Amino acid sequence: MPVRGFTAKDAARRRRYLKETFTAYLYLLPATVVLVTFHFAPVFYAFYVSLLEWNYISPNPTFVGFANYAALLKDSDFITSLMNTVYYVIGTVPTSMAVALFVAILLNQKIRGLAWYRTVYFLPVITAANAVAIIWFWIYHPDYSGLLNGLLDRLGIPIQSWLLDPKWAMPCIILMSIWKGLGYNVVIFLAGLQNISSEYYEAAQIDGAKGWSIFRYITWPLLSPTTFFVLIISVIGSFQVFSQVYVMTRGGPLKSTLVVVYYLYKIGFEDFKMGYASAMAYALFVIIFTLTLLQRKYIGSRVHYQ
Amino acid sequence: MMRHQAMSRVKTQHSLGAIAVRILRSVGIHALLLAGATIMLAPFAWMISTSLKDYSEVFTVPIRWIPSRLVWSNYVDAWNEAPFARYFFNSAFVATVTTIGQLVFSALAAYAFATMNFFGREVIFTLFLGTMMIPDQMTLVPNYVLLFRLNWIDTYYALIVPWLGSVFSIFLMRQFFQTIPKELYDAAQIDGCSRFGYLWRVMVPLSRPVFITCGLFTFIGSWNAFLWPLIVTNTDRMRTIQVGLSTFMQEHGTVPTLLMAASTMAIMPVLVGFFFVQRQFIQGIARTGLKS
Repeated sequence: MPVRGFTAKDAARRRRYLKETFTAYLYLLPATVVLVTFHFAPVFYAFYVSLLEWNYISPNPTFVGFANYAALLKDSDFITSLMNTVYYVIGTVPTSMAVALFVAILLNQKIRGLAWYRTVYFLPVITAANAVAIIWFWIYHPDYSGLLNGLLDRLGIPIQSWLLDPKWAMPCIILMSIWKGLGYNVVIFLAGLQNISSEYYEAAQIDGAKGWSIFRYITWPLLSPTTFFVLIISVIGSFQVFSQVYVMTRGGPLKSTLVVVYYLYKIGFEDFKMGYASAMAYALFVIIFTLTLLQRKYIGSRVHYQ
Repeated sequence: MMRHQAMSRVKTQHSLGAIAVRILRSVGIHALLLAGATIMLAPFAWMISTSLKDYSEVFTVPIRWIPSRLVWSNYVDAWNEAPFARYFFNSAFVATVTTIGQLVFSALAAYAFATMNFFGREVIFTLFLGTMMIPDQMTLVPNYVLLFRLNWIDTYYALIVPWLGSVFSIFLMRQFFQTIPKELYDAAQIDGCSRFGYLWRVMVPLSRPVFITCGLFTFIGSWNAFLWPLIVTNTDRMRTIQVGLSTFMQEHGTVPTLLMAASTMAIMPVLVGFFFVQRQFIQGIARTGLKS
């Protein structure tokens, strides 16, 4: 008797579980269809396309195996775009993080007008990259009417042709990008600083710690999870730079600002070499993925969690 | 006695000194922050200033920040040079529909993940999170090919449908839904509330902050999107404001007054809107940034 009673209950539970599974799938359906179609399946489809020579319109693409990948390694423009992207990432990320941390520490000193400052520093973050790139395009105007040259001229420094100069074009894009992204890092650092319990500071003060040593031995280690997060997000984001380059330089002059995503755009949507563009997308994916793993392994191990 | 006086004088001096140091420190901090704020605002000021100048005044040396005459007609001219009304409508329409649709889709999925016990829940959720690792550039070619096959290139579908699913929103909403006690559901059920009714009438109102955060992120992301709309639109009928601005630059790039008037028009709605929601938005960034 107890055995039969148990099975009946068990069957009822099973039925309820199946019913709930069915209901849950109905709720998941809309989001899942979109995510699978436009985010998940494309990863596999992109790999298939990367094995083709195809302009997306022709009904018979040519299967070329890994030829696109082999060509990628020999494509000097691709190598250049990779180098330029690395230059951009190294130019943008550390400076932006250092300045943002400095600003966040200033904002964390219980000052008046905190909300106002925070909003002002955040304004460039919420404006579209292509729109602010247009403004900076004129700030960098090569003659005296450009804002930057105008300021330099007043200080007696010789003017430059900025975006028209292969030596200066990339630093110009880097400067604009730091300006644009700074506020985001400030907000995250500020939240991280506010998360550190004041007890640590009080204890350190009792022990006679001052200024720099408080930062070095209390703030910096306790802030490291935040710093690590900002680092990963910034590197991933910087690798995908596009709008600034598209608006200000189109990869020029002399390919000095040719970055990976802009090159991918050009190959895929101006030359319509879909196979080659997909191979490049895969290379970019692998690079970003590897970098994230490496950072997790080498820097992540030194992160200090409270 | 004398010693006591001397000591108290030292003490007052010390505290006066301390006050002076504190004031100096505060002045120093504000000076630094104001200098930074000036750099943050200068490009916007430069944009607005140029947009109101007479063409001849743009190239004067030294630079004049305040135009001698405010040329409002630059805005009218820019507006008439390109179908900006259409661009604005497209952006507003696309951002609104994307935001509403995405919030609904995400809430449904998050509700299932947070409150239901079903087969494959952990696996599906992990796969969902996995898609966040995929950079958008990865999906450009496949999605373009798919939309081409569907005949969706240069339609609102192309601008909206791929962005209706957001793992980020699902994740945030799930986190929030999980904090709502299950007893509330039992109570609502006794009162005759259906499963969907519970989501709509209890969960959503209780989760307003998370909906506001996700909604703002999606709306601003959609309004500012550039690469995707650039690829999938090819007529003025479908261009969003960002793509329209970029085409405008190609055609009128040498007329800074018009270009800056157009940029101001494209940027202003977001800047003005931001002042109303900046607190929720920045808190949302701070919260989600730290959690992930």
